[in-house]
Amino acid sequence: MQADGGHSLRLSDTRLAPIWEKVQARERLDAADGLVLLETEDLLGVGRMADHAKRRREGDRVYFVINRHVTPTNVCVLSCSFCGFARKPGEAGAYEHTIEDMVAMVKDGVREVHIVGGHHPDWPFEYYERMIEAIHQAHPNVQIKAFTAAEIDYFWRRWKIEPKEALGRLKTVGLRSMPGGGAEIFSPRLAKLLKYTGKADPERWCEIHGTAHALGIPTNATMLYGHVETLAERVTHLVRLREQQDASGGFLTFVPLAYQVATTKLAPRQTPPADSLKTIATARLMLDNFPHVEAYWVTLGEEIASIALNFGADDVNGTLEDERIQHLSGAQTPAGVAREQLLRMIHDAGKVAVERDALYNVLQIWN
Amino acid sequence: MELSAATLARIADKALSGERLDRNEGHDLLVEAPLLELGALAQAARFARIPDKRVTFVIDSNPNYTNVCVTDCQFCAFYRKPGDPEAWTLTVDEVLAKIEFAAAKGATTVLLQGGHNLALPLQYYLDLVSETRRRFPQVSPHFFTASEIQTMATVSGLSVGDVLDRLWAAGQRTIPGGGAEVLSERVRKRIEPKKGGPAAWLDVHRDAHRRGFKSTATMMYGHVETPDDVLDHWDAIRELQDEHGGFTAFVPWSFKPANTLLEKWIKQHQGPNVYLRMLAASRLYLDNFDHVQASWFSEGKRAGQVALCFGADDWGGTLFEENVHKAADYVNTITVEEITTLIREAGFTPVQRTTTYEIVKAW
Repeated sequence: MQADGGHSLRLSDTRLAPIWEKVQARERLDAADGLVLLETEDLLGVGRMADHAKRRREGDRVYFVINRHVTPTNVCVLSCSFCGFARKPGEAGAYEHTIEDMVAMVKDGVREVHIVGGHHPDWPFEYYERMIEAIHQAHPNVQIKAFTAAEIDYFWRRWKIEPKEALGRLKTVGLRSMPGGGAEIFSPRLAKLLKYTGKADPERWCEIHGTAHALGIPTNATMLYGHVETLAERVTHLVRLREQQDASGGFLTFVPLAYQVATTKLAPRQTPPADSLKTIATARLMLDNFPHVEAYWVTLGEEIASIALNFGADDVNGTLEDERIQHLSGAQTPAGVAREQLLRMIHDAGKVAVERDALYNVLQIWN
Repeated sequence: MELSAATLARIADKALSGERLDRNEGHDLLVEAPLLELGALAQAARFARIPDKRVTFVIDSNPNYTNVCVTDCQFCAFYRKPGDPEAWTLTVDEVLAKIEFAAAKGATTVLLQGGHNLALPLQYYLDLVSETRRRFPQVSPHFFTASEIQTMATVSGLSVGDVLDRLWAAGQRTIPGGGAEVLSERVRKRIEPKKGGPAAWLDVHRDAHRRGFKSTATMMYGHVETPDDVLDHWDAIRELQDEHGGFTAFVPWSFKPANTLLEKWIKQHQGPNVYLRMLAASRLYLDNFDHVQASWFSEGKRAGQVALCFGADDWGGTLFEENVHKAADYVNTITVEEITTLIREAGFTPVQRTTTYEIVKAW
């Protein structure tokens, strides 16, 4: 297939033809295009367009990182309807890690530590600051990716520390990047319905990411899909992220998160693979200014994550030695998948596996 | 290395105009075609053959009558040698109890197979068929793979043809396609030297098709085969299908290495992208097969759903009982309700079928 040579695709949905023209001409897709991409039954048509866009950027490369999740606490003042992880203070199963515990959880072979937790009612901001500092000092070669925009916003709500100050202070003690969680779906309707109004709203979420970008802290962006949102709401979410990226430019990766049906039951069943594959492909096509789109194997399962590498995704996240949040919600994949399994997922898709660090510096190519 | 757009377009034109693909083109599809281009082409071929958005499934069970076997296949975790403390053989009544269990759950097909147990007389097999027919007329006895039929010939001193005639007289009309593995001299010598070359499997199916039996063609890949071996397999079954049209479907699945002799060299089974490629390429290459089956059982339910967009039009069965994959530590179960839900979620209409792919009813 030539890169941009007017290659004709056999499309079973004629609505895709004008979109394919735009993709080949590198024209930006609009919200109406995004909706067609999510609605169409021509799964492979959308996939082939996204694969084209992905190859144009990254060729056959697919990235992964040796990483570790640390979840400081599951105590949370919020009651988001989709979360099977949070506990109230004193509730059975609630836990709080000490800084020493967390330092010990990180091993030196790990390249990235991903730190996300509940909105704890009492922990002062200084505790988070000391946590980052201690982990950084004990493991200077491990890049720290920590705290969603929702948590940064909570430092303001709880302790009146402005995001700019919080992020600046955290960066000083070792924070290198920010995860993309807490975005959920950018929709006031759903924020109310799913009880996440107490959390950074879309404008606030984007503002905090913009602040991070201005401070030289790259970030990710997520979207929680497959529950009660509409396809149009997904498109709105993607368009808003794209606007923010135009404005601040610091997003590395878009990570669509398939809602896990288990202890919380917003949907009767997990969304089918075709929907996840279309969502990943649509994201690759709509988010023309995002360097990377991830197939997060924990929520997709290894099979569909591997297939998604032919539908526009160029990253599978990492080895994830601990993934409490998704697992308590019932993700069906074994925790702590080793590098070998990630390599199998990537190689099965016929791709070249590139081991990266948190900032996408290439460490090693595995063939 | 990837195919040029021109080559791909030429293959597409040929395949969709009903012209037969040659071996080089088959090789291109298996090795070089971009996966989703291949899938879209296979899906077009699928709808050309089966225009409805229906996906069929069968209510079935796969019990076994013995695990005693003398062929020592390297890929098999199920068998035990004669005299092994874990060896077992069921009586006709014990097998019938399993068929009763399946029938009670609505099965219309029972796929019965077992090891090559030289201690069992031909009458045992004939009794299994005739008793099943007598006691459970709603169940189609889809019994005995090619090499078991050869074993019956060996123990009875009859020809394969005569054995098939007796099975027919007892009421059997279809034969399962297991035991093909990869129909290539090289591969079969390596992984199942005592089972004979491709002709051993093909001759039994040919003899059966001549007599009016229908059968399936399977392929177990992901061990020592090369793309050329796969093409040997496809050429062989495509030619045989030209002769009598006796194959109902092609059913590929990936080899599961746990607890087998091959596990020493092959640690993992092949993944979903390789499976989708196999399935899509087979749909295009096997231009005289009506049906290609997506194996939710061996590849996983989610990969099975995706496979319905890569040329497959059948979901396989409920497999109420299954022991061969289980021996390789691979277990997967499903209900009729889940099957219909999964097929609908994937955008298709679930339709129950018989062993020979006749429609029973839409769900």
